[in-house]
Amino acid sequence: MSDDPDGGAPAGLYVHVPFCHSKCPYCDFFSEVGSGLQSAFVDAALREAEHHAAGRGPFDTLYLGGGTPSVLSPDGLAALVEGLGRVCSFTPDAEITLEVNPDDVTPRVAKLWRELGLNRISVGAQSFNEDELRFLGRRHTAHGALRALEAVREHGPPNLSIDLIYGFCGQSSTSLRESIDSAFSFAPDHLSCYQLTLEPRTVFGRRHARGELQRLGEEEERTCFLIVADAIRSRDFDHYEISNFARTSLVRSRHNQKYWCHTETIGLGPAAHSYRDGRRRWNVTDVADYVERVRGKGDATVGSESLTQKQIRLETLLLGLRTANGISVDFARTIDSGLDIVAALVHEGLVTMGGGRVTPTLQGFLLADGLPLRFDLE
Amino acid sequence: MPLIRNFAIIAHIDHGKSTLADRLIQHAGLVPDREFRDQLLDTMDIERERGITIKSQTVALPYTAADGQQYTLNLIDTPGHVDFSYEVSRALASCEGVLLLVDASQGVEAQTLANLYAAMEHDLEVVPVINKIDLPAADIEMAREAIDTELGLDGDDALLCSAKMGTGIEEVMAAVVERLPPPVGDADAPLAALIFDANYDVFRGTIVSMRVMQGTVRAGDVIRTMSNNVTYKVEEVGFFRLEREPRKKLSAGEVGYLIAGIKTVSDTRVGDTITLDKAPAESILAGFTMSKPVVFSSIYPVANDEYPSLVDALEKYSLNDASLEYEKDSSVALGQGFRCGFLGLLHLEIVQERLEREFDQSLIMTVPSVEYRIHLNNGTEIAVDNPAYYPDPVAIDKVEEPYIRASILMPERYMGVVMKLCMERRADNTNFTYPSPGRMEFTAEMPLAEVIFDFYDRLKSVTQGYGSFDYDLIGYRTGDVVKVDILVNSEPVDALSLIVHRENARARALQACEGLREEIPRQQFRIAIQGAIGGKIIARKTINAFRKDVTAKCYGGDISRKRKLLEKQKKGKKRMKMVGNVEIPQKAFVAVLKTNNE
Ligand SMILES: Nc1nc2c(ncn2[C@@H]2O[C@H](COP(=O)(O)OP(=O)(O)OP(=O)(O)O)[C@@H](O)[C@H]2O)c(=O)[nH]1
Ligand code: SF4
Ligand SMILES: [Mg+2]
Repeated sequence: MSDDPDGGAPAGLYVHVPFCHSKCPYCDFFSEVGSGLQSAFVDAALREAEHHAAGRGPFDTLYLGGGTPSVLSPDGLAALVEGLGRVCSFTPDAEITLEVNPDDVTPRVAKLWRELGLNRISVGAQSFNEDELRFLGRRHTAHGALRALEAVREHGPPNLSIDLIYGFCGQSSTSLRESIDSAFSFAPDHLSCYQLTLEPRTVFGRRHARGELQRLGEEEERTCFLIVADAIRSRDFDHYEISNFARTSLVRSRHNQKYWCHTETIGLGPAAHSYRDGRRRWNVTDVADYVERVRGKGDATVGSESLTQKQIRLETLLLGLRTANGISVDFARTIDSGLDIVAALVHEGLVTMGGGRVTPTLQGFLLADGLPLRFDLE
Repeated sequence: MPLIRNFAIIAHIDHGKSTLADRLIQHAGLVPDREFRDQLLDTMDIERERGITIKSQTVALPYTAADGQQYTLNLIDTPGHVDFSYEVSRALASCEGVLLLVDASQGVEAQTLANLYAAMEHDLEVVPVINKIDLPAADIEMAREAIDTELGLDGDDALLCSAKMGTGIEEVMAAVVERLPPPVGDADAPLAALIFDANYDVFRGTIVSMRVMQGTVRAGDVIRTMSNNVTYKVEEVGFFRLEREPRKKLSAGEVGYLIAGIKTVSDTRVGDTITLDKAPAESILAGFTMSKPVVFSSIYPVANDEYPSLVDALEKYSLNDASLEYEKDSSVALGQGFRCGFLGLLHLEIVQERLEREFDQSLIMTVPSVEYRIHLNNGTEIAVDNPAYYPDPVAIDKVEEPYIRASILMPERYMGVVMKLCMERRADNTNFTYPSPGRMEFTAEMPLAEVIFDFYDRLKSVTQGYGSFDYDLIGYRTGDVVKVDILVNSEPVDALSLIVHRENARARALQACEGLREEIPRQQFRIAIQGAIGGKIIARKTINAFRKDVTAKCYGGDISRKRKLLEKQKKGKKRMKMVGNVEIPQKAFVAVLKTNNE
């Protein structure tokens, strides 16, 4: 009874590459710095793929995320990608994404990535302003980001996505707009723009708790969000999720959309999550432990949850209302006084109705965390 | 007749009743020293936390008198606070005498006198005891003098003791035997036992506390409660000895408990007479006169589906507190609940706390009110204690409200602030005296309505805890009162309506609006909170809508986390009350009762 538009879509494969050159102060993704376990990790990931992904598929996405996958040596990366190609089956047009950091990009590796068959690169530029990059604790300079993007555009895979982080003290609306302009100078196919969140278990989170780092006020955060949305929408981009924009709806991140539609995804690597048929499971959050477990039985699962119908419905609401897909009117109808609530939300300007779907407006995006609470799923 | 004495310890609050009871219990060797703790009979957590007695407690003490005879001394420790005087009067019904305690440093106070009168109404023998003689401020001569002049007893007859230090305890025990009369009553006559208290035990049903006036009751007997002619077979009778101590029988003159598998709570009434089914007594014993409630408030369960549980809890609770009056009430905002009458503010607080703690209830209480007498234009008079039933102002000729004489004891230096506080509360006919050097007693006539609204908290705060407050009702007087409605997004919240003095209406309405503004969580739309008299808005506050409430990322592992947060929020929402489309948390209803301490 879920409302998953591509419920029957092919599954996606994700690999969490758990290494970084250094830890950024805002980041709460799992990764280890200075680990000597790169090649052991690649072996383990392939072993885990044999265990969990071999019989499945064909997959129409492969997403190498992290962490920083570009930390892997060219040989290591090749071993991983080619190994996965042997173990698992992919559709001919599969979307194959690699997340990279600017400081790892050279014309030579960019070429290598293309030759490896990767067709989508996501570059973690974050900003094109020197002071902001320093504040964010990034290893690259603004100049380095520009050079990296040039290299990718010239030698790398065809499809380019750029990541930006915005909305922190010290950033002006001018510099924010300038970063967006810089990104557009590379004619990207896709942009992910994340408002900075001060996660508790990070350096920023701790500084915030000590009162040394302020969060922006609600009104300022709202203004930043609207600047970003406006700047990118005005270039006719498709604002298809809170933080994601695509040049056309054809170049939305096929992989990430699977998370938002309850499509099957298999996650390999430490801390990776997998979802299938109402069951979610996740791997151990430690590289050495992960390697050891996978060597033993091909599996590193340490936790799982089986969602009840009610929980699936709640997730459908929460995920749907974060995307331009929204939820279907039919789904809203199955909720107690669901259509009345939709009508109230339309009245408040938070959603619109059309084509059998209820989709959040820009105002709706701004309040998306609270939207599911308006519905009573009892 | 066995060798028995039944007696209560009575006094003003804090004069040392429970501490004296401790010493008597220890003197009787009832508890090993290492198991002892102070105010042993204050068994409820709430009594221990507040350091006051709320419930009377009975304990049977074995005592060997000077002549070598073995006695059973049934001691009843009573509360001193005026709100629990009903507990005292019920205790007195099972006694032949009392120890009247007077704090040597305080002398005679309001409840010393009130409780003495109650004892005299029951024709009890009174032994005055001057306590706390160890205190540096103790003035024994002053205390004797006060016993002479203010109580009309012989001050020279007063015993001297320090309950705290344990001095004079044997003399007190001896005086109980020598100066208090034994009970009378024929153990072979038909059974007549007075129920003076009860409580509900999940396993054993209602446990009845009773005083046998005549006759004898044994395990196995079939008893009958005379007001409703319900019969039960007795499972167990016994004494209170800190724990229940089973005995074969209870006979005339004895105080103890009875268990008869009584699972229907409503079958037992405090004040009823127990007799034997096959040989009933001729007449019912005189019960207790109900005390009249003076403060009223409605209680509602936080979640509507907890109403049946509240019904059950109230029934069981009221077994153990016969002074609570309640009847069904209902509110558009809060659903089904009860209108309750309390003997005072402390009583109200205690009832709420005990229901929450002992019966696991989560409650919303509405703003307390007094009972107004409203004279209508058509010549009729109605009594209204619930704003919901306040008549249309155009139909009202005049309104009368209850007045009290407030008496406030405090160190002299607080005179100014206390005076100011009382004047704000419409005090009149003020007066002051100096009962002892440096201490001042301030009296004033005030509307009761002015003190039930946070007066006590304010008094405590302006006197830094040194002020004590007591009051007597002195009658009704005309007052200029109005009903204030509170509206949330234009919907009246019936449970928040108040009846207040016209002069205070705006301030109180603003306070209520502010309280709501602070406690109602922001929502996705703007919320207007207004106070109104009739259609006229007199106060207004606004809660702005959320402007931005969205987190940036939601991928693989974030989804469960987000869902769990929503599940938690939804659960919290269930405990909120809907008024129109606005969710109001329980805290908001409480906030309306409080003022900012300014
Ligand atoms: N110095 C001194 N303090 C005493 C004596 N007796 C009691 N107290 C103290 O007085 C305070 C009140 O004692 P309680 O025994 O609780 O008084 P109470 O009369 O039972 O009070 P309520 O039950 O609330 O009416 C406690 O702090 C006791 O320690 C005494 O003989 N000397
Ligand atoms: S932001 Fe990227 S590079 Fe920085 S620590 Fe996190 S995963 Fe590593
Ligand atoms: Mg006491």
